[in-house]
Order: sequence, then C-alpha cells, then structure tokens
Amino acid sequence: MSIERQAIENLATLARIAIDDNRIKEISQQLGSVLDLVDQLQAADTSGLDNVANPTQESQRLREDKVSETDQREAFQAIAPDTEGGLFLVPKVID
Amino acid sequence: MHNLTIAELVEGLKNKAFSSTEVTQYLLTRIKSLDTEFNAIITVTEAEALKAAQAADQRLAQGDAPALCGVPLVHKDIFCTHGVRTSCGSKMLDNFIPPYNATVIENFQHSGAVMLGKSNMDEFAMGSSNETSFYGPVKNPWSTDCVPGGSSGGSAAAVAARLAPGATATDTGGSIRQPAALCGVTGLKPTYGRVSRWGMIAFASSLDQGGPMARTAEDCALLLNCMASYDSKDSTSVDRPTPDYSAHLNASLKGLRIGVPKEYFSEGLDPDTEQAVRAALTHYENQGAELIEISLPNTALSVPAYYVIAPAEASANLSRFDGVRYGYRCDNPQDLQDLYCRTRAEGFGEEVQRRILIGTYCLSAGYYDAYYGKAQQVRQLIKQDFVNAFEKVDLIMGPTCPSPAFKFGSKGNDPVAMYLEDIYTISTNLAGLPGMSVPCGVVEGKPVGLQIIGNYFDEARMLNAAHQYQQVTDWHKLAPEGIQ
Repeated sequence: MSIERQAIENLATLARIAIDDNRIKEISQQLGSVLDLVDQLQAADTSGLDNVANPTQESQRLREDKVSETDQREAFQAIAPDTEGGLFLVPKVID
Repeated sequence: MHNLTIAELVEGLKNKAFSSTEVTQYLLTRIKSLDTEFNAIITVTEAEALKAAQAADQRLAQGDAPALCGVPLVHKDIFCTHGVRTSCGSKMLDNFIPPYNATVIENFQHSGAVMLGKSNMDEFAMGSSNETSFYGPVKNPWSTDCVPGGSSGGSAAAVAARLAPGATATDTGGSIRQPAALCGVTGLKPTYGRVSRWGMIAFASSLDQGGPMARTAEDCALLLNCMASYDSKDSTSVDRPTPDYSAHLNASLKGLRIGVPKEYFSEGLDPDTEQAVRAALTHYENQGAELIEISLPNTALSVPAYYVIAPAEASANLSRFDGVRYGYRCDNPQDLQDLYCRTRAEGFGEEVQRRILIGTYCLSAGYYDAYYGKAQQVRQLIKQDFVNAFEKVDLIMGPTCPSPAFKFGSKGNDPVAMYLEDIYTISTNLAGLPGMSVPCGVVEGKPVGLQIIGNYFDEARMLNAAHQYQQVTDWHKLAPEGIQ
C-alpha cells in the first residue's frame, strides 16, 4: 500500500511534526509497509468480540475528589523552557 | 567481585565481607573503564551512588538493613529519578531533570539499593536493537558488532558485562525478554498491573510493564519483591498483596505441565536456536515435568495487532512533548504551531516520528474502527488463546527470539523486518500475561533464550521453574569473552 503525499502532509499536521518535502516519499513507503502488515487484521473474524482496552480487565478506580498533592509550581517551572510570573511562555497567539 | 550475584552480595554485605561503598566504588570504576566500549550507561551517578552506599553501610552497621541494602543497580533511563537526568533515550528529554521519583525508584530507595546510573535504551522504548537511542547504540558484550536487543539493551548489556549485578527494565512488546535473551541474562516481564507505571515514561500504556533483569532467576525474584507493589497513583496498578517471590524457588517440578506452542516452532525459527530450546525442554522433562503440545492459533495476528495498538497509544502519550513545559524546545519559533511542529521534528528521532504518524493514522476519523477497534478485538482472540491453553497447562515455554543477536544495520530500511523480531514476545503483552527469558544455549558464539510464559500473577511459578533449570545448567553463568 502506498500513501499519497497529501495524506502524509495531513498526518504530519495532525501529529504536529514538521516533515521536510524530501522525506515524504520515504515516509510514505515505510508507512505503507507497516499498513500492509497491519491489514492482516482485516481477515480475522472478530464478530461478537469485545474491544480489549485493559488486558486484565480491571475496572478503573475512582478516588475521592480532594486535593492530595502539594503545590510544586516552582519545581515544575524550574525545568520549563520559558516562564514568567508563574506562567509558561509560548509565542504570541493573538495579535 | 563483579561476578557476585545479588543474593551473594546481600549475604556478603550482611556478613561484613565487604562494604557497600567498596562494591559501589569497584563497579563505578569498572563502568568507567569498560563502558566506553559498550555504551550501556547514559548517565553514571557517581556522587549519588557513593552517598547512598555510605548511608547503606551505616544501616548495615546498625543491623536494621532492609532487603537490598547496599546492593548497586542500574535503572533504565525511562524511570524518573529526582534530580537526575531522565532522557528516555531521546533528544527530546536530553535536558529533563525530573522533580520526582518513579514509584519503582522509590521502592528501591526504601529497600536500600544503590543507583549506579541510568541505562541506555531505544528512544522512548521504541526499538528492538538499541539503534534508535539518541545516545548511540549499545554494543552486545558477546559480540560488539551485534545489537544487544531492545529496548532495554543498556540494562541487559550492563548485567551481561558485569557492570551491575541487576537492572530495571521495561517491556511493551518484548523489551525485557528479547535483550535478556540476546545478552545471555535472565529477565522477567510481570503481569500487567503488577509493577507501578507511575513515573515510568509512557509508551503504550495498556502494554507497558516494568520488570527486573539479573544473572539468575533467584536475583530476579529478589528484585521483583521490591519492584512489585500496589500503587494508588497508577490507575491500572492491581490491588493485591505482593507474594514473596523467593519463597517457592526450590519447589519440585514433578508434575508441572508445560505447554509447548507449535506456532512458536514454525517457519522463521533458526534451527540451532530451536535445538537449544528443545534441549532445555528435555531438562524439564528430566526434572519430572510433562511436555504438552498446545496451539496458540492467533499468534500470527499479534504483530499486526501490536503495530496498531502500540503506535496509537504512543501517538496520544507523546503528544505531551510540545516544547512548552519541559524538555526540548526549537530555536526561534515563529508562532505556536511552528513551536510544536519543529520541536517535535527536531526532538524526536525517525522511528518515534514514524510510530506517532502510524498511530495518528490509525486513530484518525474514518479509520478508527477499522484499525484501532479491530486490533482491540483481535487482542481478545489472542488473550483467549492463552486462557484456553492455561486450562491444560501450568506454564508455556518456547524460544524468546527467532535467532541470536544480529549485526548492526542488518534489518535495513524496512521497519517491518525489525518488528518481526518480537514475534514470540508481543502476544503476552497484548494478553497482559507475565513472560520471562532464561539463557539456554549459545549459537554462533552468542546466547539464546528460553521463554517462559505464566498465567496471570503466576510469577512465582515461573521463577521456580527458571531457578530449578539454573540448578542443573550453567548457561546463565557464562560470561562474554574478555568479561571474566
């Protein structure tokens, strides 16, 4: 299976990964090769089967809605690329 | 001293035959002199190690030493360590110093273990050869032109090269068992939910599981005693008591029913590897176990199901690496989109990008049911194969990998060739079952592994079977040439 250039560009946008034009052909081939492998699934008869999201099928626990962690903003922001006044900084979004 | 097992170190430390500071200093020196060749360790934590060793020696002197007090270990660089860089083998996290410890790391600290350093790995645990690490590939101590396996290749190589007596590792599709097999060490992936995933950088959350590597099953039991715990901070951690995994190592194997899946001995298995595995099975028969041929008919679907589920979960998990809160950020972003897209293009390596794209494709509108939904249903088929088998047998055994360690670069440009390396290990992750690899022979001068698969939460029985095998064979004692 090969994937069209436009589909790869669309995927790259969805995944927020910048992809150089000169890599698209190779990526298309490699993804096609993986999708050929994955397409073997279509032959399996899975009628009436549940989707398995958790292999041990334990149900998710709920906890009481109360504060259990202390505020560690300074520790977390100390490792951030750019902060100011307790906020994470990113390039301007609105003019 | 580097040939001592963890059990022997625990004994020697208690008897004051040597101190933790002595052992730790000795292994740090050994890492410095040997690891330039193997590249098994990304970060050596010398100062932290010596401090922890001194504290352990004090506790040993006071006589209140916990189980692994003073034992030096290496931790896979996927477990967050407070104040110590945790890279996950990626440029994305090359500058990441976690402000907290993973639960597994906390458990080892409580039990007095000493961290020597953080081991090399495939980037974000995506790989079977350690070739995707940002820090360069790890070399197999048995043959330095060959891969150590992956993704926990650094942990396996460190244990094989006697840089550490034991190591932590993680397994999403075989990342403990395959490198253990290729480096001739013993490794165990526990039942899903047995070991906390909190602070273990996520790859595919419904498959990821931490576990131990060491040179013997007895040592793996000691490490698992410490690693396994219920953790309310991991929503899939299983709330049941941790048994003493060392308690049943010496039980007899008489009457043990071992299932031998015919699908694990079919086309693609190297004949010499098969011979080594068959010889191991004969050992079990000689010890009173019964071999029963079984079938796991959906085995062939495990690799395709995995390569939908794992990339899909990875694409969601790795969306957190956006250059905003921690980790790598590209220079001079033009706007927010540019910040995201270039940070991720520059911070992630090719294999990680490929898997994110595959996962994004499988989860995108119009494809979700055909890929992700279908793969989750196939997962049920694979799981049911095992449930049926465990009605007739106590353990399942076969090869861990189709062949011994391969040469660097030999899997070429087609990612699927590399993916098939995990053909025998992936299905246990999909089913959530525990699996283990035990050295069982040497082929072309390189080790091969026997895989032992257990029923849910039956790690003690697997360790018992592996330990008994190691009482009558010496494969686990062999060291790579030049390592003694």
